[in-house]
Amino acid sequence: MEKLLVAIGAALVVGSIVWWFFGKHTTTEKEADMSNDMQEVTVTVSGGYTPNTVVLRQGVPAKIVFERKDPSGCFNEVVFPDFGVHEELPVGDKHPIAIDTSKPGEYTYACGMNMFHGKVVIK
Amino acid sequence: MSVKARFIIAAVLSAPMLAEMILGPLTGWKLPGHTWTMLGLTTVIMIVCGAPFIHTAWAAFRNHHANMDTLIAIGTSTAYLYSIYAMMNHQPVFFEVAAFVITFILLGQVFEEMTKGRASSAIEKLLGLQARDAEVLRDGEVVLVPINEVTVGDIIRVRPGQKIAVDGVITEGSSTIDEAMVTGESMPVTKKVGDAVIGSTINKTGAFTFKATKVGEAALLAQIIEMVKNAQVSRAPIQKIVDTISNVFVPVVLIIAIITFVAWYVFLGADASQALMYGVAVLIIACPCALGLATPTALMVGTGRGARMGILVKNGEVLEAANNIKTVVFDKTGTITLGQPTVTDIIGDEKEVLLLASSLEHSSEHPIAQAIVDKAASLGVVPQKITRFKAVEGKGVTADIAGTRAFVGNVKLLDVQLSGDLAAEMQRLQNEAKTVVIVGRAGWVIGLIAVQDVPKKTSSEAIAILKKRGLSTVMVTGDNQRVAEAIAAQVGIDEVIAEVLPGDKANRVTSLQQSGNVAFVGDGINDAPALAAADLGIAMGSGTDIAIESGGIVLVKNDIMDVVRALSLSQKTFGRIKLNLFWAFIYNTLGIPVAAGLFVWAGLTLSPELAGLAMAFSSVSVVVSSLLLNRARLA
Repeated sequence: MEKLLVAIGAALVVGSIVWWFFGKHTTTEKEADMSNDMQEVTVTVSGGYTPNTVVLRQGVPAKIVFERKDPSGCFNEVVFPDFGVHEELPVGDKHPIAIDTSKPGEYTYACGMNMFHGKVVIK
Repeated sequence: MSVKARFIIAAVLSAPMLAEMILGPLTGWKLPGHTWTMLGLTTVIMIVCGAPFIHTAWAAFRNHHANMDTLIAIGTSTAYLYSIYAMMNHQPVFFEVAAFVITFILLGQVFEEMTKGRASSAIEKLLGLQARDAEVLRDGEVVLVPINEVTVGDIIRVRPGQKIAVDGVITEGSSTIDEAMVTGESMPVTKKVGDAVIGSTINKTGAFTFKATKVGEAALLAQIIEMVKNAQVSRAPIQKIVDTISNVFVPVVLIIAIITFVAWYVFLGADASQALMYGVAVLIIACPCALGLATPTALMVGTGRGARMGILVKNGEVLEAANNIKTVVFDKTGTITLGQPTVTDIIGDEKEVLLLASSLEHSSEHPIAQAIVDKAASLGVVPQKITRFKAVEGKGVTADIAGTRAFVGNVKLLDVQLSGDLAAEMQRLQNEAKTVVIVGRAGWVIGLIAVQDVPKKTSSEAIAILKKRGLSTVMVTGDNQRVAEAIAAQVGIDEVIAEVLPGDKANRVTSLQQSGNVAFVGDGINDAPALAAADLGIAMGSGTDIAIESGGIVLVKNDIMDVVRALSLSQKTFGRIKLNLFWAFIYNTLGIPVAAGLFVWAGLTLSPELAGLAMAFSSVSVVVSSLLLNRARLA
């Protein structure tokens, strides 16, 4: 009886893992704030990048400010392969990264080990 | 708290438990206060050293993500919480599992930080090369100014032993300069007035002044740094497969661990603690960091090593492309050959012919004249004074020297026919695709000088190596068939495509692509379309004039052996990426079944502590494997 309960419990846990990690979940998206011909958006780094997608206007100088709250070694660096950016994010710091907005498109970025991903949309 | 500090705390607190584990079975020694002491020690380790894993795992979980911290957090907390439960029910505990796993994982991370630092040191090294200040001439006085205040057009003084501040052209003086740090050229280079100097290289012997031509981001070293930076963060296309896998990897491992536990506990009748250990071992062994490190570390080391040799690889895509090249197409002039004529043969009395020719050609800027003057200078022949100099367009020059009328030029300059011997020699030289000039005095021909744009010293060696590696070699040139074939024969190239218009080179490359991937090697300035059309464009620069935009690989030095080295380096780096990925995958695919207890029948099991140790060293081994690229033999 006890074993049956364990088996049922395990099946439920497996089910919820599948739902939680593989199910469709809405990702957060945010547009950058405009001021003085500059656009700026803050991304919080804690177990991932929030908001996960930031939208920038084409042709306007842009800055993404990474605020790292997560001490995990996974987030030591942030890498934008399309822009040649590879920078360290000190914990607790607000670290601005300039983004070249001359070409519209979708660009992904990731942590140093390429485990966590975020997206920049320029339009 | 740093990873290192966390590791030290975890190691110190784990030590008593390790002592008991080793000494216990031998001497029966037990920790004072046994389980309670273990509980205390492990609790501190969990809170101080393990909490960051749990914190990240939880934050990631809320974002529907899972990573290696998830596996470590769940694995160690399971062992820890179960031990507390077991302690209350007077069953065997295994606090040490949680403690050891955390210690080993942190040990792995400490090593990883150390070795990764070494892998990415190339950029710091390049940045460290930059000069900090320069002695600039301002209002007639030499003043020391910081490097960022130097502007184009400044006249800068350099003394022996000093670092040259920015790119420029020598205006006064001469010296030998060590350019190894930028071009990879190990021999110091002699420079005189009019020669270009590269910022950050070191002046050895003489003092000179130069005019700054490129400063800040436009300078060669700054461009090299930018390019290496871009290359190191780029992704090889192979990485896409890895990304897809690592995205689903952790949740799948969680499920496998649960299935392992259920299988042992429910179906195979193991007791709860044993089943739990199998599940925890699966979680710990599966940490995918080796997978994540495989590509970036190899890319970093490979591109960094290239940069030190003056071989700049633009990105990971280029590395992959270099891997299945079948044909290497070379531009002739300036790539295979020196790009300017050199004297190859002198018929007649060498000294006399050269003396006459160099005296007449001394003030001319024609490339052939330049070749003759250089040859005379190299043999120590000093030009004599001439009067009544006259250049005859398309034919040659005449002038009075020591009272007689002398001439240097081609057949059209002469009315007379050459003697039988000289005519035969001339025919022979022309058959070798050499340009022949006739040298004479007072109506008599005294000799012939043959000039040719000769191959670089290393061209035939490089081509021989490429052919030995099974690559076919092709030369494309705008020159006529005869000249092209003569050069091709000298360096041993397989196929010649001559008389190609500059705009047509790209089309030739495209048609060669029918039979396999093509690399094009050109000078980067005139050959941009062909470089772009090829599967791999290799742009050869010389000194400061590198055209970074045009090629996938840029060679700073003008040495064709670097083509061989660049291809080797790309192949070795890409090979290393594949090897790293292979081991990272194998490690997980073999490790998980063993940890799950699938091979218990063969006596093969993996305790969670061992799994933690193995997992720590898998990431370290991948980084070390990448670092070994620094020692791989090239060419």
